[in-house]
Amino acid sequence: MNSESNVLRESALGSERVTAESASPTHPFYWSVRRELWENRWIYVGQLAIAAVFLLVFLINMTVWLAKMRGVSPTDTEQYWETIALPYNIGAGVMMGTLILMSLFYSADALYGERRDRSILFWKSLPVSDLTVVLAKASIPLVILPLLTIAITMAMHVIMLLMSSIVLPMRGMSVAALWRELSVFQMWGLLIYHIFLAHAIWPFPVYCWLMLVSGWARRATLLWAALPVIAIGGIEKLVLHTSHFAAMVGNRMIGGGAPTDVTSGEMFPTGPMTHLTPARYLSAPGLWIGFAVAVIFLTLAVRLRRYRGPI
Amino acid sequence: MAVIEARSLRKEFGTTVALDGIDLRVEEGRILGLIGPNGAGKTTALNAILGLTSYQGELKVLGRDPWNERDRLMREVSFIADVAVLPRWIRVSQLLDCVAGVHPRFDRSKAENFLAKTMIKSQRKVRELSKGMVAQLHLALVMAIDARLLVLDEPTLGLDILYRKQFYDSLLNDYFDGSRTIVVTTHQVEEVQHVLTDLMFIDQGRIVLNCSMDEFESRYAEVIVNPERVAAARAMSPIYERQVFGRSILLFDGVDRQKLAAFGEARTPSIADLFVAVMGKESAAAQGAAR
Repeated sequence: MNSESNVLRESALGSERVTAESASPTHPFYWSVRRELWENRWIYVGQLAIAAVFLLVFLINMTVWLAKMRGVSPTDTEQYWETIALPYNIGAGVMMGTLILMSLFYSADALYGERRDRSILFWKSLPVSDLTVVLAKASIPLVILPLLTIAITMAMHVIMLLMSSIVLPMRGMSVAALWRELSVFQMWGLLIYHIFLAHAIWPFPVYCWLMLVSGWARRATLLWAALPVIAIGGIEKLVLHTSHFAAMVGNRMIGGGAPTDVTSGEMFPTGPMTHLTPARYLSAPGLWIGFAVAVIFLTLAVRLRRYRGPI
Repeated sequence: MAVIEARSLRKEFGTTVALDGIDLRVEEGRILGLIGPNGAGKTTALNAILGLTSYQGELKVLGRDPWNERDRLMREVSFIADVAVLPRWIRVSQLLDCVAGVHPRFDRSKAENFLAKTMIKSQRKVRELSKGMVAQLHLALVMAIDARLLVLDEPTLGLDILYRKQFYDSLLNDYFDGSRTIVVTTHQVEEVQHVLTDLMFIDQGRIVLNCSMDEFESRYAEVIVNPERVAAARAMSPIYERQVFGRSILLFDGVDRQKLAAFGEARTPSIADLFVAVMGKESAAAQGAAR
């Protein structure tokens, strides 16, 4: 602290000028996100562990997979591709499933953990608004976790390719064919598209709902979050004998029903037969209704955090 | 300008009245001790000042409305809440990064210099530190923030005597410079008596005593009276009387010390003794009213 700022502070009680004078640049949003990553290391440690286990299984099953590859005629491109790409697609699918679980559990703890360990009193002693904190937390399932999943899946694919490239020549099979047929960059493009549209943006209202409940409940946040869904679903079943609501929530969670693409006869959204339909996705009312609902939940969560102290 | 200004500050939790229309004014450069029994409303008052709880009535802290401008206010206000609230999972270095990244008035090197004098290593996690070290760490953070108001709610609770002594010494020697304002609540009143410039007793959501320490020293006097003179001393209407080793200690409010000198040596009472006297009277009055 220099003497000039001292003089200023003593003479001018109008604090605006003083603050501007002695202020160092701050990045509240960035540091709020960093804090989430420090606090919730399990979100990437968990994903890395799952990826490692998958790689191990891939390695063990490699001989089976190679035998399958041998049995397929290279002229039947579609079948050949499916056989080659199958482990890569399963790997991506496993990582997406992990992403869904991580996002659900993270969101259900997002505004609960800091109340449980009383650290909310410390965080509230810093000049960071409730809005910044809630948005930083919301960015984890919307941006950070999907990016992590994409990066880990890509790394996993690279390792799988390297393993195959070592083993294939030993069995007298062509590495070039593998690299040519797999078209890994197209696969990754589809992966990025699908993860963001179907597993980040589409289920976002669900994550926001969990965050809202996590800021309110005194315990068992997942249970409290599930109760209204079960209640509404139950009433709908009794009165209308339908189950649209439960199906909708379930679909949102697993990214089903998101009009991101058409995959006729092809199970995997990362397969080459996938026909992307971004226009249909963007014009789907469900996308925008979901977005509006998410904004409402987040607004309520911001307001709620102002009222909440330690449990 | 007053640092804190409250008028008819009121807060209810259901049917319980935590703050019953408090008027409060704290000027810059004061060190105010807020003393009261458990459940008196001390923490509620501090929470209102810090923007942690809503309230009725008027409240301005550094000219701002704490409830609606907490994040803005926290650039100039620091606080240490009643028990260790630092996140247990965080590393000391991460904590410094974090505060430096969000606080415009945080001087990282100051905090590091303070920590260098302690046993706290920057790679340790908060959960690995002892209770006293966590308090030291929090104090290091707060002292490195160039704040205008510091609020301490039972800052030394659960610490051993050594840490408690160090805590107030650091605060007075390295932090307080006459232009800052400190509000502190504590049950360990004997530790803060020499620190405070102002004293406030609060009970059942109301302020029952509000005076500067200068006033306190001139207004209240305590005299140890020998048994044979007790009757005469009692005629001077003491506000409180207690027995120690067969002699009576009488506490007077606003009685000339020279008059008291006739009964024995008059001295300034401890805050604790005055607290007992004032609170005793309060509860007696409350019981009388109830009847």
